[in-house]
Formats: sequence, structure tokens, C-alpha cells
Amino acid sequence: MLGRTLREVSAALKQGQITPTELYQKCLSLIKKTKFLNAYITVSEDVALKQAEDSEKRYKKGHSLGDLDGIPIAVKDNFSTSGIETTCASNMLKGYVPPYNATVVQKLLDQGAILMGKTNLDEFAMGSGSTDGVFGPVKNPWSYSKQYREKRKQKPHGEKEDSNWLITGGSSGGSAAAVAAFTCFAALGSDTGGSTRNPAAHCGVVGFKPSYGLVSRHGLIPLVNSMDVPGILTRCVDDAALVLGVLAGHDPKDSTTVQDPVKPFTLPTLTDVSKLCIGIPKEYLAPELSSEVRSFWSKAANLFESEGAKVIEVSLPHTSYSIVCYHVLCTSEVASNMARFDGLEYGHRCDIDVSTEAMYAATRREGFNDVVRGRILSGNFFLLKENYENYFIKAQKVRRLIANDFVNVFNSGVDVLLTPTTLSDAVPYLEFIKEDNRTRSAQDDIFTQAVNMAGLPAVSVPVALSNQGLPIGLQFIGRAFRDQQLLTIAKWFEKQVQFPVIQLQELMDDCSSVFEIEKLGSVSLKQ
Amino acid sequence: MAAPMLRWCYLGRRWVLACIDGGSRHGRGAAIGFTSSRKRGQSSVAQQPLITAQKSRKGEHKWAAVVGLEIHAQISSNSKLFSGSQVHFAAPPNSLVSFFDASLPGTLPVLNRRCVEAAVMTGLALSCRINKKSLFDRKHYFYADLPAGYQITQQRLPIAVNGSLAYSVCAGKKPSQVITKTVRIKQIQLEQDSGKSLHDELRSQTLIDLNRAGVGLLEVVLEPDMSCGEEAATAVRELQLILQALGTSQANMAEGQLRVDANISVHHPGEPLGVRTEVKNLNSARFLAKAIDSEIERQIHELENGREILNETRSFDYKLGCTMPMRDKEGKQDYRFMPEPNLPPLLLYDTASLPPGADPQQVINIDWIRERLPELPSETREKLVQQYGMLPEHSFALLNEVGLLEFFQNVIKETRAEPKKVTSWVLNIFLGFLKQQNLAVNESPVTPAALAELLSLLDRKAISSSAAKQVFEELWRSKGKTPSQIVSEKRLELMQDEEALERVCHAVMEEHPQVVMDVKRGNSRAINKLIGLVLKATLSRADPTVIKEILEKKLSS
Repeated sequence: MLGRTLREVSAALKQGQITPTELYQKCLSLIKKTKFLNAYITVSEDVALKQAEDSEKRYKKGHSLGDLDGIPIAVKDNFSTSGIETTCASNMLKGYVPPYNATVVQKLLDQGAILMGKTNLDEFAMGSGSTDGVFGPVKNPWSYSKQYREKRKQKPHGEKEDSNWLITGGSSGGSAAAVAAFTCFAALGSDTGGSTRNPAAHCGVVGFKPSYGLVSRHGLIPLVNSMDVPGILTRCVDDAALVLGVLAGHDPKDSTTVQDPVKPFTLPTLTDVSKLCIGIPKEYLAPELSSEVRSFWSKAANLFESEGAKVIEVSLPHTSYSIVCYHVLCTSEVASNMARFDGLEYGHRCDIDVSTEAMYAATRREGFNDVVRGRILSGNFFLLKENYENYFIKAQKVRRLIANDFVNVFNSGVDVLLTPTTLSDAVPYLEFIKEDNRTRSAQDDIFTQAVNMAGLPAVSVPVALSNQGLPIGLQFIGRAFRDQQLLTIAKWFEKQVQFPVIQLQELMDDCSSVFEIEKLGSVSLKQ
Repeated sequence: MAAPMLRWCYLGRRWVLACIDGGSRHGRGAAIGFTSSRKRGQSSVAQQPLITAQKSRKGEHKWAAVVGLEIHAQISSNSKLFSGSQVHFAAPPNSLVSFFDASLPGTLPVLNRRCVEAAVMTGLALSCRINKKSLFDRKHYFYADLPAGYQITQQRLPIAVNGSLAYSVCAGKKPSQVITKTVRIKQIQLEQDSGKSLHDELRSQTLIDLNRAGVGLLEVVLEPDMSCGEEAATAVRELQLILQALGTSQANMAEGQLRVDANISVHHPGEPLGVRTEVKNLNSARFLAKAIDSEIERQIHELENGREILNETRSFDYKLGCTMPMRDKEGKQDYRFMPEPNLPPLLLYDTASLPPGADPQQVINIDWIRERLPELPSETREKLVQQYGMLPEHSFALLNEVGLLEFFQNVIKETRAEPKKVTSWVLNIFLGFLKQQNLAVNESPVTPAALAELLSLLDRKAISSSAAKQVFEELWRSKGKTPSQIVSEKRLELMQDEEALERVCHAVMEEHPQVVMDVKRGNSRAINKLIGLVLKATLSRADPTVIKEILEKKLSS
């Protein structure tokens, strides 16, 4: 049952094959068994039980609230959850219990979803590995998959098995791992430069970043307000569309959401792609791109072409400036957004009480890690009067050019862009931490982050397993507010590639019964 | 010392007018001078601050002072600028604080339509250009009563720019010699107020009240077109009246709804402007002019003694009567301005640009607001002068006190007395009583109806004017009685029996042959003495004009 998609389990609930409390128990037991993944910071066991029981009552009365009623979900720990600790994986917010729900959380709960817990991340979502949070790194479930283990046995390494676990990517690594390890059916991430799509690619799940303004940010603890979007992680594209249908729409509490009403929708099943035009941005052929990812990318392009779609090379000429531009804009907003954490109203406060200033300084030194402090420092530097024009204003102008690149491409008739999501498959933790957070973020965001600058919708779809037996994802980028079209194409693609299901039986042999792993589908993009 | 040359616009004079001028009781309707324009269009050139300097004692140097103001007016609205919290003065600490006001992570600002309309109204009333697109910015600084670590303001593109404010100041020895001056308004911006810090020195702690945090402010920036404390104070007073007339701010200085910072420098005319200081928190009408003038004097004193003026922030110590450097404002602040990313540009429309089918709840139409602007104080004063033949300075006085104009108009409505009479009674006697007892107009024991009846009695010569004053005193003391009741109880009606009056006149003349002789010898003033004596003998119940007639008749016979 746990291996099913959200839609499938929703149908099972409706048919009475399983009850919400049974489903809750199964997920909870798996969360406990996979505790070592460190995917969850807080497991809201009691609240979730209550929600499951309420849901069960509704089902018994035949008053189900809809497709999400009784569905276990998880939420990244940078969304405010009323009565449930919300830490952003930072000492600064340890013990902080918000008095309100983020709009997206509220919408899920209003539909009867069961909140299993809050997932791990990089501190304040600043990172691309989910390794830099105060609660420790998240381990990629694929590290323990049959597929990966079998490949590793072939290569003599001599290292201890357990020291070689892989990162999930980030910063929504906890949410990606939670979905990948079957502990929930959908999870919320956040996406500022790729933080939903990157871990989705590394964990073999669908990671969707909606158009900026389509989904409310109210209650999402911000990283970069002008780029943050709540992200959706699911096992298939249809599930992402279902969750989007619940979340999308104007929120009076977020003035940057679109006014136009958004209706719930189901994705059509595309049979004919011959009228589509798929753009392949040539600038995304980065030298750091692994040959494997590159090869899957071109196979995917070929797949579209062979089915009759027009596949053309396009140019996004300002792509190479994206990373440095992002660095300036991101750190500037970070410096501003983090100013509120002063130990006065909430969160951590140091013991020093010599003066208010001394209290601020010590509180912030103790509360933030090096990455956050580093970004605050550079952001404040860029915002100084003497630097503002040279850095911030210039970066804004470059941002406009980057956004215009996309506009131009889409105006030329391209429906979606097809790109890699990440440079390679997931790397081992020990490998990952050889570079610092800044370098890593700069490298890992290169395919994902320009999208945030332009506010476009993008989705990472798992494509196939690498030689190592690890997932590889590809990204589709759509026109602004054409999220449905984007997901429709992604759904078609997903069906073609038949990405294999993660096999975790070995790891959790005692609970193998909970998995009803279907037969491996054919991997049409197998190398 | 520079004091003498600035004295012409110094505080003193307006207190001379205090009997018909607004005083300051808890700053309520606090007077900061009234003056008026005799002639329309007689205004100073705004761009060139009037040179106020006269020869110093040594007769060598002339100094001119340049004063600019930044005025923060709290917007009168039910809820805060970006949150739904209520706005109330003196509510229990931290009882009006939303999650946004406390800067809980993840909360976002939502702009209050009422505050935008208030800004547009104020901009229009001050002849500003309203920007159809304006932007919000974050201004960063760490302070305990600024929870987010930044204030949302409009630094780059404010909602209104390029306006002007006309005000009138005394120009000569007589209060009626007034000229209208104009100060340019650089901009009006919407911004958030901060919370309040209460420093408990004893326990060495600071307590924070966030009730005020996030209340909408209009920051009105006045160009440095003023040249002394009184000009600044008068301009502020006029702005205060305008805001109150518009209802966009209660503008009560004592409750902190109107706060003033002044930028001050001095220089020799014809030379570049001097280094300026900023005097912060001039939050009392009483001290506004005084603080500015004392800072001007200080700067001149420093310069004349070969010292330099530092570009610094100072505060006014009202006990010492001078400005002092502010310790916690030392060093240069870099506010690291940044666009507020959570608020889209603020778009306003006029009838021409209004998108068809736009939801009136979602758009603000500048023309619609313009058509509904209430009467402004200058128009009200003009009308009073036209309608009642009132002296301009009296029209200023009527507007200067909260509720006084309404009181006046209610009296006028119900009395047969001449408007001039009413004006004089309201401004001299009624206001005098209020001042003496430190009362506001709405606390007066005498109602407009009572005063109207009293003045009607006076008008139809039922009582003498001195009797009228007695009646008024009685009205003030014993609430609930009508003037007619008092007149009959105290037997104050005028003697209608002319024969009886003639007898009294006769008796007085008999008793004072010397005075009668004086009159007959041509001392015209002596008759007044006789009139006084007759009045006294009738206990003020006779009409002096009738007495005069009788006396004249008797004297000439």
C-alpha cells in the first residue's frame, strides 16, 4: 500500500481497502524504521493520529473531504505549522512553535491531509545537500536500495558500507527522502534556486516548482522572497498536479499571489506530442555535466523527436551570469530577512544581558551557522550605499535579462524547455563535504536557478538509473502560469520512461510486507 | 550672540494674542501662532528662504538660518498599515499586535487601502503630484522596538511629490500685519511606525510595547524654505489643521500622532549653506519653535567663536532649553535600503486610466478622491472673512482651537446678534474663560444655544453689555439655567422706565456738580464719567446710549 501513488491510495481509501488510521500507522512505523535517514526533524505523531481519526470518521459517514482526505503528508520545516515546532534546522528557531499555519499547510489540512511531520533541510534552506542543518544531514534512501547496493558490490571499495551513504541534494532533502522512502505520499518543499527539484532528482521523485505567484508564500519562512515558491514532491506527476490544484490560487495574506481564480484540475493524458515544440538550451551543456546525465538528456530529446515533436536548440545567452547574479540578490534578501532574528520576540536568546547590542550579537552568533552568517555578511555588503548601485542594481538588471531570455525563447514558439536537473547523480556525503556550501550551491544550482529568477514553473521528473543504480532526473521548464501544460507534458514523458521503483526490501526486510512493489517496469531509456 | 536679530520672529508675540489665540492645554489644539494674510498673493518666494538676519551687535556679520522639516503624521485608520491590528492610543501594552507586527517568520505585509487613500487625500490637499506608481522599500537598522530589523517605507518612489504648503506669519508690530509664505513639499511617503521602548534605568532593562509598531505614518518632507522657529511652527500648525480637516490624521502632538524632526543650518547670505544638524523628536508644540531657535543661536554662537558645526543628530532638552547631541545616534548609519519584495508596486488610477470593469474595491481612483476632498482650513478662513466680514486674524483664531469654529457657527445660527458681536464674544470672553480654566471647547459649561440667547438679549437691548457679562459668568457657574432665567432672577433687565432713569440722571447730576461743570466747560470726556456713575446707580441695568441721550438733553437745557 505504501508504495502506491497518492491517487492510488486515495482510491483505496475511498473503496475502504484501507482506513486512514491504518495508513497512518503504516507510515508512522516506517518513519520510525527509517529514522536513520534523518528525513524528519519533528514527527507529529499525536496530532497526526487525531487527524487520521477525524478523517476515518468522515469516511465512515461518507463525508470525505476529497482526494487528500486521510493522506499522510510531510512538510519541510521552514513552513509555519500551528502548534508544531518549526525550526528551519537552525539553533535560532529551536523550540519555536508558530501560532499559525502557513496558507499551504492550512489548505492541505482543510482537505483532510494528515501531517506526519516536519522534514529536514539545510539551515534556513541555504544549501544544496541537506547537509548543513543543525539536526545533521539527510541520508538518501537510495544509498540503501537494492539497485545501488548491487552495483556497489561489483566494485571493490574496501570502505565501510555505511560510511558511504549518499546525500539527498537540497535543501528540501528531508521532504524528498520522506517521499522516496514511502513514509508519506506527498511532501512540501520550498524552491528558491532549485531546492525542490534538486533533491527530487537525487531521490528519484517528482519535484515541482510552480510559477511564482501561483501558490501562497504566507507562512513559508523566507530565503529570497522574490524567488521563493512552495514546492511539491510526489511519486508521480499526476500527484503533483493534484496537490497543486489544492494549493494554487490567490491568498489575501500574500500580495504577490495572482488575483485570477484558479480552478482545480486533472491532467489530461497526452497521446500526441507532434504539435509540441521542445527547446534545448545550448548553454545548459555545461562542461561539468556528467556524461551519463548528458546522454539521458539527449535520449529524452530523441524520444520527443521520434514521437513527432519539434525539438530545437535554443539559446538563453545570459545563463552564465545567473549564479553570480543570484548570489548578490539572494544574500541581500537574506541579510534583510534574517534581521528579525534578534532574540527579542521569539527564538533563541543568549544569556548575555550587558546591553541590547551585545545581546543581539551573541544571539545571532549562537543562533546561525557559518553559511547563514556568511550570507548575511555578504548581503549587507552589497546593500551598503556605496555598493548598492554596483552590485544590487546590476544584479537586478541581469536578472531582467535572464528573465527576458526565457520570454524570447517562449515567444519564438517553444512550449517547454528540456534540461538536466543536476550535473550528476547523488554523491556520497564524504565526497560532498569536501567543498564548502557556497561552492556546492553555485555548482548544483546551475540548471535550476535561472528559473527562479524568471518566476517560471519547472518540474524535475526521474528518468532512469545511472550506472551506479542511482536516479537521474530531467527538468522541464514551462511558460509563466502555464503550469498545467508543463505538467501535462511531464506526465507524458514520465509514462514513456517508466522509472523503476526504489527497492528497499533488504534494508527493511522485517517490514517488506508493507511494500507492494509492482514489477519493475521496462526502462526505455536504459543505457 | 545672535539672539537680537532673530527676535522679530521669536516666540513672545503670539502669547500676547493668547486671549483670542489657541493656547496649549496638553497640546490640544496647541497654538503655535496665528497670523493671516491681509492681501492675497502677497507671498514670499519659496525657493529663497527669507533672510532673517539683521546686523549683529558688532554690525559686521549677517547670518541666515535655513530650516527644513520632516514631519511624521500617524494616519487615522482602524487598522495598521500592513496588518489587521487595531490602532488605539494608550491601549494596554502589546494588546494590539498581530503576528506580522511582531515579525513572526513567514508573515507578509498586506497594504491597508484606507492608509493609501489618506496619503492620496493629503497629497492632493497639499497640491502634490500623485505618483500613479509608487514603490515600497526596506530601511534597515537594529532597534529593539523595530521587530523586523527594518522599516517598510517609500524611499525611491513615494506616493506624492512636489507640493506646497502656505502659511502666514506676522510681519510687523501689529498682529494684523501678516504675510503668506510658502514652503515646498518634497514628498509624502507611506511608512510604518515603530514600537515604543521604555527604558527602566533602575533595573537596567528595556521594555518593549509593540502596539504602535506598524501603524501607518505619512512622512511629509518640507524643503528647507523656512528660516526660524516661528515659521516652522506655523507651517506645522497649518499642516496639522489640514490633516485634521481631511481626517487623515488626528495630528495630536501630545499623543505622538504628529512628530517633527528639523534640519537646521546657518550661513552668511550669498554663501553656500552651512553644515546642518538634525534636531529630532520635536514632539511638543510648545517647544518646536524654541528648539529650532535655540539651535540656530547655538550654531551662530559656535561659528562666531571659531568652532565648527558637526553634521549630527541632536535632541531638545526642554528643561535646559537647548539642544544636546544624541548619544545613541553617533556615527553614520547606513540603512542598506532595498526594495520590499513582498509588495508589488502600488498602482493608482484616475478616471482616464481606470481599467474598464475594474473592481472598485481593488483600485483607487485619484479623481474620485479629489472630488470628495473636504473644505481646507484656508478655504474655511476665506469664507469666514467673506461671509461675516471678519478680520483675517479672527478667522485664524477660530480655526486654531478644536471645536471653536463649530461652536461659533452654532451660535451664529441661533442668534439675532451681529456676526461681529458673536466673533468678539466667542474669541474674547468665551475663549478667555476656557483658557483660564484650561478647558477644551467641548468641555465648556456654556452651550452655543445659551450664548446665542444671551447675545440675542443683548442685541435687542434687553440687557446692557456689562449685564451680559454677568449673565455669562452666571451661565458658566450654574449649568442648566437659561440666560433669561438668570436675567430675571438677578433683575438684570434694562430699565425700560425712562422717567425713572431721568430721575436717576438728575440725582447723579445733583450729586456731582463738579463733573457737570467740566462737561459744560467743554470737556467731552467728562460725560463718560457721568454715564458711568448713572450705570453704577442703576446696577448696570440701563443702556448707556439712552443714559447719554438723557444726560445730553439735561446738560444742554
